[in-house]
Amino acid sequence: MQLIIIGLNHKTAPIEVREKLTFQESEVGKALAQAHSLPSLKENMILSTCNRVEIYAISQETEKTVRDLKDFLSRYHELPLKEFEKSLYLLVGEEVVRHIFRVASSLDSMVVGEPQILGQLKSAYTLATESGTSGLILHRLLHRAFHVAKRVRTETRIGDSAVSISSVAVDLAERIFGGLEQRAVLLIGAGEMIELAARHLMAGGVEKILVTNRTYDRAVSLAGQFNGEAIRFEEMGQGLKKADIVISATDASHYLINREQTVKVMKDRKQKPIFFIDIADPRDVEPGVGDIENVYLYNIDDLQKVAHENMKDREKEARRAEAIVQEEVTKFVHWFQSLEITPTLIALKNKFEEIRKRELEKMLSIHPHLSEKERQSLEALTSAIVNKILHDPLTRLKQKDEETMSDFYVDAIRALFQLPDLTAEERREED
Amino acid sequence: MNTYFFNLSSLFYLLGTLAYLSHIIFLKDLLSRMATLIVSIGFTSHSLAILTRYVEAGYTPVTNLHESLSFFAWMIVGILLIANLKYKIKVLGAFLTCIALILMLFALALPKEILPLAPVLRSFWHPFHVFFAFLGNAVFTLAFCSGIIYLIQEHQLKSKKMGAIAKRLPSLKVLDDLNYRALTFGFPLLTLGIITGAVWAEYAWGRYWGWDPKETWSLITWFLYAAMLHQRLTVGWRGRKAAIMAIVGFLSVMFTFLGVNLLLPGLHAYSNW
Repeated sequence: MQLIIIGLNHKTAPIEVREKLTFQESEVGKALAQAHSLPSLKENMILSTCNRVEIYAISQETEKTVRDLKDFLSRYHELPLKEFEKSLYLLVGEEVVRHIFRVASSLDSMVVGEPQILGQLKSAYTLATESGTSGLILHRLLHRAFHVAKRVRTETRIGDSAVSISSVAVDLAERIFGGLEQRAVLLIGAGEMIELAARHLMAGGVEKILVTNRTYDRAVSLAGQFNGEAIRFEEMGQGLKKADIVISATDASHYLINREQTVKVMKDRKQKPIFFIDIADPRDVEPGVGDIENVYLYNIDDLQKVAHENMKDREKEARRAEAIVQEEVTKFVHWFQSLEITPTLIALKNKFEEIRKRELEKMLSIHPHLSEKERQSLEALTSAIVNKILHDPLTRLKQKDEETMSDFYVDAIRALFQLPDLTAEERREED
Repeated sequence: MNTYFFNLSSLFYLLGTLAYLSHIIFLKDLLSRMATLIVSIGFTSHSLAILTRYVEAGYTPVTNLHESLSFFAWMIVGILLIANLKYKIKVLGAFLTCIALILMLFALALPKEILPLAPVLRSFWHPFHVFFAFLGNAVFTLAFCSGIIYLIQEHQLKSKKMGAIAKRLPSLKVLDDLNYRALTFGFPLLTLGIITGAVWAEYAWGRYWGWDPKETWSLITWFLYAAMLHQRLTVGWRGRKAAIMAIVGFLSVMFTFLGVNLLLPGLHAYSNW
């Protein structure tokens, strides 16, 4: 039995390839069922996000399953295999465990430490459970992965600091105002950047959005989108008086907000703090504005610098997270290997015992005149032979320090003695 | 008995300070909960120290410097525990417990025998005067700490550093709110402290006000806080200015309390060592 991952992600495939192989959420159930009908597959699960498409599988015949899964991807997405085969990666055994644990803890993400992936993994798992394509092993594997993710989150500070421009800005606003609730925001400009910022802030819970723009109509239409209030460009001062956060992104060639004017505004505001975020290039806010008391000014470079420094912190924390992952991988692999050993031992013993009994009965039916004592001697003799033969392989299988090889031994013994497949019940007993 | 509880509470304040500091370093919630628990135990033991001393001495134990320092520290920790309920500012705990600990160690070094009560202190008004004055002082100590934290956090934001320090400190808004809240509580308490002091002075020395150094300095302190409150309400002295004023005000409070006793001769000299 083998763990397999076949997939591609933002590191191995460009977006043009990834988007062709993405499974829409609504069709994942169908895709799972289709993949599950492959005869070599025991369990499977599909994780499909905008950065990665991966199939997790438990298989009896690794090579066949890999071939089947590649065909399945090609057939399902109606895309010739050669167009994406180069982008695929294949992981087996322990590597699979490490990969899933790293994905869950967001160590494999485009932006390390961003937590969305855990939610995506959880819903992928739920879909597989609902479709009945995940079984004992995936169940255990995913639950361990969620546990690892939780450990990483609580034991390291990987997700603590903001690493994107917008999250840095929100973070700063929180450090100044304690939160975005009940805050008013003034947006200067009506471009794409401004719209994006507005969306982000609304999600963050700001109370009021004011928009001003040189072309008043565009300010009105943008304000309409966010249930905000449009202000004429000449009356920007009114907006500055009311707003707590000002985001400016115009293509003006000179400063729109200067020091002198801001000092006056601050007096009108009774020194209530104000936070300027200048994301325009060239800048809209005179740098000296940031020196005024209770005024905080960050331009795009400042935000980028903070984001960059936070990123470095995250990388440091990521190294600590890798250690946690390694620890958990060892634990899981241990469990996975023990899964097959005991049932194999029992099966092997049963088989030998059956052979012995059968042969003994045959022999006794040929020689019915044997005395009770002789019969007992024969019984003892055959048992002794079987036990002696089994002794070495059984001790070998039970040895803990042979872990790395035990998988191989189990497979070899099952193949050599043609033992039947494990039933689900037998596995569960081991869990 | 009272010294036993006193020493015990000093020990708990030491442990509490260490727990709060390690919480700042490691940011583990468990540590801050432990710190609060330790400090609460210290506070209980401290309360028992004051109570047993009251029973043993037969008067409210705020009559010499040892007792005053202990009482002041007790009020500070009390204010901390109250502030903890509303403002979840962990760093504040480290600051305030540390100040209380310093006061306790100072008190520990002073003579702590229970002496017969001096005649001027044998007044109905005296304990009230001390109670209001120190409660006000404790509230101003809180404002002082939040002022210092404010300046650090403001510096981080202005110099565009968002690293380990900024992450551990509360938002400017919370700190400024706390400053204002402390001012609105502390100022009336200070006023009451001065009024009850004047009434007591009338009983003790036959005059309400005598420009004794203690009286003069408490008036200076009162004017400082009055100015602060006025500027805040009229022209919006908030943030940095308010933080600096809280620090200046606290220095004046401490000089009125300790500096006057130690450096300037005057009627409050009984609270000398």
